[in-house]
Amino acid sequence: MSAVVGGAKKQREQYGTVTSPAGKLGRFIINLFAAGGLLYLFLPIFVIVAFSFNQPVGRFNAVWNRFTFDNWLHPFADQALVDALLLSLKVALLSTAVATVIGTFMAIGLVRYRFKGGGLVNFLLVLPLTAPEIVLGASLLTLFLAPTMLLFNISFSLGFATIVIAHIMFLVSYVALTVRARLRGFDWTLEDAAMDLGANPTRTFWRVTLPLITPGILAAALLSFALSIDDFIITYFVSGPSTTTFPVRIFGQSRTATPPQINVLSTMILLVSISILAIGTLVSARRTKRDSA
Amino acid sequence: MRLNIEALNDAKELSGLENTVIEISHVSKQFGGFKAVDDANFGIRQGEFFSMLGPSGCGKTTTLRMIAGFEQPTSGEVRLDGKDVSKVPPYKRNVNTVFQNYALFPHMTVFDNIAFGPRSTKAPKGEIAGRVKEMLEIVHLADFAERRPTQLSGGQQQRVALARALVNYPSALLLDEPLGALDLKLRQTMQLELKRIQREVGITFVFVTHDQEEALTMSDRIAVMNAGRVEQIGTPEEIYHQPATVFVAGFIGVANLIPAAVVAVTGDLATVDAAGHRFGVPVTDESIKPADSAVVMVRPERLHISLDRPTGDLAAVEATVEELVFQGPVLRASLRTAAGTELVAHIGPEDALPMLRPGDRLWASWVLDAACLLRSVDTTAETALVS
Repeated sequence: MSAVVGGAKKQREQYGTVTSPAGKLGRFIINLFAAGGLLYLFLPIFVIVAFSFNQPVGRFNAVWNRFTFDNWLHPFADQALVDALLLSLKVALLSTAVATVIGTFMAIGLVRYRFKGGGLVNFLLVLPLTAPEIVLGASLLTLFLAPTMLLFNISFSLGFATIVIAHIMFLVSYVALTVRARLRGFDWTLEDAAMDLGANPTRTFWRVTLPLITPGILAAALLSFALSIDDFIITYFVSGPSTTTFPVRIFGQSRTATPPQINVLSTMILLVSISILAIGTLVSARRTKRDSA
Repeated sequence: MRLNIEALNDAKELSGLENTVIEISHVSKQFGGFKAVDDANFGIRQGEFFSMLGPSGCGKTTTLRMIAGFEQPTSGEVRLDGKDVSKVPPYKRNVNTVFQNYALFPHMTVFDNIAFGPRSTKAPKGEIAGRVKEMLEIVHLADFAERRPTQLSGGQQQRVALARALVNYPSALLLDEPLGALDLKLRQTMQLELKRIQREVGITFVFVTHDQEEALTMSDRIAVMNAGRVEQIGTPEEIYHQPATVFVAGFIGVANLIPAAVVAVTGDLATVDAAGHRFGVPVTDESIKPADSAVVMVRPERLHISLDRPTGDLAAVEATVEELVFQGPVLRASLRTAAGTELVAHIGPEDALPMLRPGDRLWASWVLDAACLLRSVDTTAETALVS
């Protein structure tokens, strides 16, 4: 086995050095191009992180003054900003949890069973993704404020509930589409096998179906969480005056001040996302290694 | 005392009730406008290796899925141990299946795969490990308990699937073309393995296959199916030597089918005109009457080739050699009669013959018992074949 892998590696090296059509200059240009592309992608992120170590002059953390750890020593100095972040986390957790459950069942239903209107549901599912967010936001606002027959004439006061409802609405689509993609290759005879061996439908779902599609569900949940934390446009429409999420708060503040704590908290969120990504990659790499050993 | 037991066994055999595990009672299954199974009606006995054989789309897998509980019959009843289970879900039926692609749970070890059945049926906790180990030993995989299915070869996965399905001690084990994914050599090993395991555990095996050789090798009895209908049920010998229909004759092995006109029927012997000759053929189908058109079936290895017209109580037809192919054990001769019927003869090394060449005229003969008379395929059956 290792001999085969070694052989393949050797071959690849040969192709890289001997038969590559691009000469030394060509490879230099390709590398330069790649570096430029990566720089383009990561420069904004680098600026965010760098400016979390800046000692700002005045109220705007926009011009580099001098290096300091002060901001990291007092990351929670701006109470309103911390409250906004906490609210964002609460909204993201709750809406992700609800959307993941609903979206997963929708995906299973759409892939597993053929039913009337299945095609229509598949089509409607992509609408929240393709419709401009500004339209969704505006229409949700109308729906919440103007009592209509559709919602049994209940009118909502804008706040935590309306934000969560709005987030669940668009997250369900993302979850259903992500899980559905993972389910396309699912071997449904495994369910037959479980039931054949005496497991009732409930046990079959918990012991066979769910464990096997968990990676897909987790991926969908992480995506949902990130989208919810991140969402500005829809949230801006449906949040009330006393309920401000992290992005809405930053936007509202940016005209009067941008404290360096924005950069600190943003960097923290970034670090958490990178850690989750790294753990996920490690776990799946280890699993592949174990399964093929 | 011994006499009594024998008498009792005979009585059981005759009543056919005591030892029938699965009864398929006038079962039909319709998918939309398509009749997948059409009035199947047979029983499967305790401890036998029963095969359902037929081309794809003949209804064999649908019948198996109705026994397992994945499909419900449109009409008729499936009885298991005497009870009608037509509406009982799979997880409440005491039969287990070995799936075509094994369907092993990839997220569980071999041990957990096999233990899934007893754990699901709430077997006593202390018993489960012992039962799993027993099964692992039966399939010779005792050292593989902690492996994952992906770490096993195809043959090993097959054994795990077998152990997993047997651990619940089912009334019958259902096997849906389980050897289809294996290469020829492994297939032949597994055929013998399956027979050994079946003898060892004494459980009824219901085996679905499209491979006639596999069915002949392994089965106690075979049901040959075609276009949703059961054409014949019998032992491999019966099916090979006395096929009930032209379809069965053609599907199992190679068959020479000579169109014939029935001249007379006396007892179990019919006189027919075929390929320009008149001879006798044993007949078991009572519906065949004089003046009917019928088909004479003879296996290639029963044809005897001679240059002169043979004498004695033989059936003989004259034919021309079209092609000769050396196949190792036998020489396969393709012949054509004056009436245009193609014949195939397997000539063994013991048949002393001069060098044959295409175009040579010769006689093909057989002892009367070697042939049988079948009804011609009627028009309705033919349309069924086409569709």
